[in-house]
Amino acid sequence: MSLFLKHKKIETNLVLMAVLTLITVSIGGLVQIVPLFTIETTIERVEGVRPFTPLELAGRNIYVREGCYTCHSQQIRPFRDEIERYGHYSLAAESMYDKPFQWGSKRTGPDLARVGGKYSDAWHVAHLIDPRAVVPESIMPAYAFLAGKRLDVAGMADHLRTLRALGVPYSDDMIANAATDMVAQRTVDGDAAGLQARYPKVPLVAGDGPVPTEMDALVAYLQMLGTLVNFSAVTPQQLKQ
Amino acid sequence: MPTKVEKDAVSGTETTGHEWDGIKELNTPLPSWWLYTFYVTVAFGVVWSILYPSFPTGPNSYFGGLIGYSQRGELSASMAEAAAAKAPMVDRIAAAELEQIRADADLRNFAMAGGRAAFGDNCAPCHGAGAAGSKGFPNLVDDSWLWGGSLSAIHQTIAYGVRNTNEQSRASAMPRFGLDGLLTRTQIDDVAEHVLAITNRATNAAAAGRGATLYVENCASCHGAMGEGNQDVGAPRLDGRNWLFGGDKASVVQTINTGRNGAMPAWAERLDPATVKMLTVYVHGLGGGQ
Repeated sequence: MSLFLKHKKIETNLVLMAVLTLITVSIGGLVQIVPLFTIETTIERVEGVRPFTPLELAGRNIYVREGCYTCHSQQIRPFRDEIERYGHYSLAAESMYDKPFQWGSKRTGPDLARVGGKYSDAWHVAHLIDPRAVVPESIMPAYAFLAGKRLDVAGMADHLRTLRALGVPYSDDMIANAATDMVAQRTVDGDAAGLQARYPKVPLVAGDGPVPTEMDALVAYLQMLGTLVNFSAVTPQQLKQ
Repeated sequence: MPTKVEKDAVSGTETTGHEWDGIKELNTPLPSWWLYTFYVTVAFGVVWSILYPSFPTGPNSYFGGLIGYSQRGELSASMAEAAAAKAPMVDRIAAAELEQIRADADLRNFAMAGGRAAFGDNCAPCHGAGAAGSKGFPNLVDDSWLWGGSLSAIHQTIAYGVRNTNEQSRASAMPRFGLDGLLTRTQIDDVAEHVLAITNRATNAAAAGRGATLYVENCASCHGAMGEGNQDVGAPRLDGRNWLFGGDKASVVQTINTGRNGAMPAWAERLDPATVKMLTVYVHGLGGGQ
């Protein structure tokens, strides 16, 4: 009882109270912050993860803007049922240039972490324009308007520069070529050699009009999801946490 | 501090003994069931932290817990267990020829069930849950096949896909006759009339007649002189009722103008060989298999 009655001392001494409050809050802070010092060990060392190409990045912005994450997660959890349906479980390394990551736990629609390459570009376009045209039981809204909206090609270099400030390793070469790379990822626009050299495993999309549209960008983004790491070449040691 | 614990006259509860400017505080402790539950959760947390991986011990190490639990380890155990349970049948399917799977009732039943599950996840988004297809995505339950309906042809299509980046992908390209200036607008109209004439639906006999020559020059090498199609190059029949991209005149004109080149992924890149075989037997068994 006497111990509990000593709080008068604390409550009547501003300096003592401030010091003790600081100590209490610091404990909570340390518990949250110290594990982050081990970030090197929580991101797996796997080959192949690269930053988004400009067109994919624009698609990712549309994905976030339209709130796709409210119905689709991008995180395959390490359970057998998820792996048999969606593929290898997601790694932290796969989201390391994704700011912020799109993991999520809400699945009204299916998980999209490895949707890249699973369906054709034409399917994605048809599905985004009218989901029920290809999947009659779908409850997804239509995004037909994306096909008519042009992308901001010129502003892309600044976008890459901003991400570089946040730690995404965009090279000077990538930033200098941001606008051309964005256009070159559409096969209708021809030469993609430079783009492919800068960004390995880049999916080329057909493109549905004379200028890159938001539809092109979103399809390019969806077609690269989960395709970067070659899991047949990954050793258990690299995945060890 | 004057600490005089007394009993409050109104509520009958003891006070804490504190008094500020004449205001006293009743001492109402937490219910003991709540308090002890709280203590138990604290104890549970401590035990949990000792048994399971809990806290970093350095930049490259962590305390792994006494029972050596790992979620990824548990996962590989459950994957191995499931694979072992299916192995007797899956191994037989992997080793068998497609015809053998179809002929053996046990293998066929297993392949139909496994193929159906794989179809629902991987194929249904394009071809439909009942495999009836939709505009641009072929129907798999009828006996009309773009690239062939035999077991081996279906297996080839599923494993390597159509018009993708796989080296063994089925490939062919319908030219963009209008967009690339190979035919003029009038010529396209004439060819479209001729294509409709193959199924007796021409609206303009004169145009269809002009289109016949153009058809022989531009279309017949793939689609056949009488529109019978060619499964070697995935050229659809033009003499039937199945129109993948629409058979009305406007659709035919658009097809000739812009070309049509449907694509399908190479599933051997995503699925194991036994699953591809099961899918083949399943699709073949949907009704249209040859």
